[in-house]
Amino acid sequence: MAAEAVFRIADLKKSFGSIQVLGGVSLDLHPGEVTVLMGANGAGKSTLVKVISGVHSRDGGAMTLGAADFAPKTPAEAIRAGVVTVHQNINDGVVAALDVGTNLTLDRLSGKGQPVFLNPRRIKREARAVAERMGLDIDLAASIGDLTLADRQMVAIARAMAHEPKVLILDEPTSSLSSAEANRLFALVDRLKSHGVAILYISHRMSDIRRLADRIVSLRDGQIVGTFDKKPLDYEGAVNAMLGRKVHQSAFDARPGGNTIFTADNLVIADGAKPISLSLGDGEIVAITGLVGVGKTALAETLFGMRQPLGGSMTLNGCSYSPRTPAEAIGAGAFLVAKDRSESGIVGAFNIYENMSLPFLKRISAFGVLRRRAERAIARRQIGELGIVCRSEKDEMSTLSGGNQQKVMVARWMAQPSSLFMLDEPFQGVDIAARRDIAAKLRANAAGRATLIFVTEIDEAVETADRILVMSEHTIVGEHRNERIDMDRLLAEVAGQTARGAA
Amino acid sequence: MRDIAVRYGFLVLFAALVAYFASTADGFVSPQSAVFIFQSVAITGILALGVTATLVVGGFDLSIGSVATSAMMAAAYVMVVLDQNALVAVLVCLAIGVLIGLINGFLIVYMRVPDLLATLGMMFLLLGLQRIPTEGRSIAAGMTMPDGSVAPGKFSSAFLALGRHRFDFFAPNLVPVSVVVLVVLAIAIWFFLEYTRFGRMMYAVGSNERAAELAGAPVKAYKIWAYVISGIFASIGGILLAARLGRGDIASGNNLLLDAVAAALIGFAVLGASKPNAFGTAVGALFVGVLLQGLTMMNAPYYTQDFVKGAVLVVALVFTFALSTRAKR
Repeated sequence: MAAEAVFRIADLKKSFGSIQVLGGVSLDLHPGEVTVLMGANGAGKSTLVKVISGVHSRDGGAMTLGAADFAPKTPAEAIRAGVVTVHQNINDGVVAALDVGTNLTLDRLSGKGQPVFLNPRRIKREARAVAERMGLDIDLAASIGDLTLADRQMVAIARAMAHEPKVLILDEPTSSLSSAEANRLFALVDRLKSHGVAILYISHRMSDIRRLADRIVSLRDGQIVGTFDKKPLDYEGAVNAMLGRKVHQSAFDARPGGNTIFTADNLVIADGAKPISLSLGDGEIVAITGLVGVGKTALAETLFGMRQPLGGSMTLNGCSYSPRTPAEAIGAGAFLVAKDRSESGIVGAFNIYENMSLPFLKRISAFGVLRRRAERAIARRQIGELGIVCRSEKDEMSTLSGGNQQKVMVARWMAQPSSLFMLDEPFQGVDIAARRDIAAKLRANAAGRATLIFVTEIDEAVETADRILVMSEHTIVGEHRNERIDMDRLLAEVAGQTARGAA
Repeated sequence: MRDIAVRYGFLVLFAALVAYFASTADGFVSPQSAVFIFQSVAITGILALGVTATLVVGGFDLSIGSVATSAMMAAAYVMVVLDQNALVAVLVCLAIGVLIGLINGFLIVYMRVPDLLATLGMMFLLLGLQRIPTEGRSIAAGMTMPDGSVAPGKFSSAFLALGRHRFDFFAPNLVPVSVVVLVVLAIAIWFFLEYTRFGRMMYAVGSNERAAELAGAPVKAYKIWAYVISGIFASIGGILLAARLGRGDIASGNNLLLDAVAAALIGFAVLGASKPNAFGTAVGALFVGVLLQGLTMMNAPYYTQDFVKGAVLVVALVFTFALSTRAKR
């Protein structure tokens, strides 16, 4: 362990309404050390970052910076005190309309006691000083809009470092960078480390974590569930703690698939990724699991015609299948319940039955005129089938709970028979009861189609699927029948330990 | 309680307005007065119904006013200068509407120009374009051409009938063609938006484009169609305008755009819809018409009209955005 902690968080609590997001988080950051924070979606990472960076106020607990109490009321206050955050969205950290030099010195423009008129030479001088200190090799006169994402990221970090912070928080800084670009970022992080900055690095990417981490902390359900600082670091243990491995037996017998319904042959979904081959059978539920950003959604989108594979071929029901649009995929019998229902599923202006009928309007209209009675009857049937809690099929979507909204999304696509039924993160933001209902329904009417679910949480895969495939680095690295699963091997695959070896 | 206020508030206001004028302005309640109101709002109403279609898909069309005046000038040019009959004039106008709708849609969907800017540019372009063939002159029968010759044609009587013929309804020679066209188009677009799958999909595109696309909708085609509908409606408005005026008047139609947009936006408040809708647009247009007719009959000066329209629009927008719970999401 390095020097005395420079930043301490003790028993930090934060709730939104009745939902407790942070349930007493304690964490120390040491100068010259990179602490990696891992956590699944909804674990409370971003809330933690927002409390530290002064966006949210804390409900309980204490934070100390050096010897002083640290309770920023605004982000500006946190920055002045020496705790600087670079947020996930790169463009939040830079002003696109201005050049690099002005961006680097931006925060000095609005402080008290600054001259009213700009002195371009002084700005340039100060910007050059900042750039040199960071080893930033970018033309200071260039416009931000002309820079690559990686360069913008560098500018955002350099701008943050112009405050000479004691603590730097990087929130998934590599999520939109290529690996070469990421390497430049890592070099910068190393440099900051040698300057004695305490760094909290939030990421899912195992390759980042391997490269940078001096210490790993796993966050789950608003609590620190594991701290790993013995070399060599126990990456698998950290993933394990983050995903919250519970010993549980699946409550059903894994069924083997019937006749082959869908096959993918040497499908390449990202530049440089290994090809994917898989085969799905009738009545079978297959879960594809893996960390965020390993290509699960890319695979789902490829199968649904939203993006084109870089190579390989697919078949559906024995016929060649290469959809160019979602409409073609739907026509061929491949349905997708897309990830993030509020963004890509729910039509806010529509009520329940209008939302349900959306993809199949053609099938429930005559000469283009909607048959509302049929439409509502289908909706009522689906509401009953999935146990959606509502007053009637005419309710607005906004009156439903998250779980019931998700049920409407699933019901929408279950209203018509499909050959390949895909669900991307179907249990996100869904309470446990609704999750069970959806999983039970999926199993109950699985016959006649192949079902493919994409989930980050291993629990959800184990609770639902007959077969589990593991993805890492845009390809499939492991396959498990859901019977006495070798959890250690599965977790090792999730953590990417076999990605470079046998695939 | 608030729900009821939001839902029926505007219609109650409308009814109250009618009752007030009926009791204070002599002759307000008569078939003639009603027809006059309808006729005064017919052309803006038709344009407003078209712009409603673009609002439904989450767009906007600022070019409707200039599409209408371009169609008017084209109709006059085709008949007066080219000496063609009424049918050719009407077809040319409709073709212009379709073409401009396609260009607007192309600019917005494929060239990714923001809707307001694309249609603003188109508005500007058309305002200039419609003056070029006659070197900036208005078009009337017997006009002198730039080269000194006299224009050979005239407005055909069949075309003028579109603006001047009145159908017998309750009283002889009561209902003008433009009012019939307005009513027919209003019912058609209302039925299209509310009861066909195409209309439903257009609402879906406007509310959540990504969800609509993932449900298999050809989003780009729907957006382009919306601008084509808007272009066609605007050109129909232009035909009626030309027929009413009997000439291609370069200076007419200045208020068409603002009045039409105001009617469509007032429509948001009707029945608490908080979204573009054909019924609301029609009511919005009538509301403005009733208000202006009533005020005129009470001898309010003409120059207060725009102020009154603006005030109505602001009140309607408050209904829509501040009071409605739907809009808060």
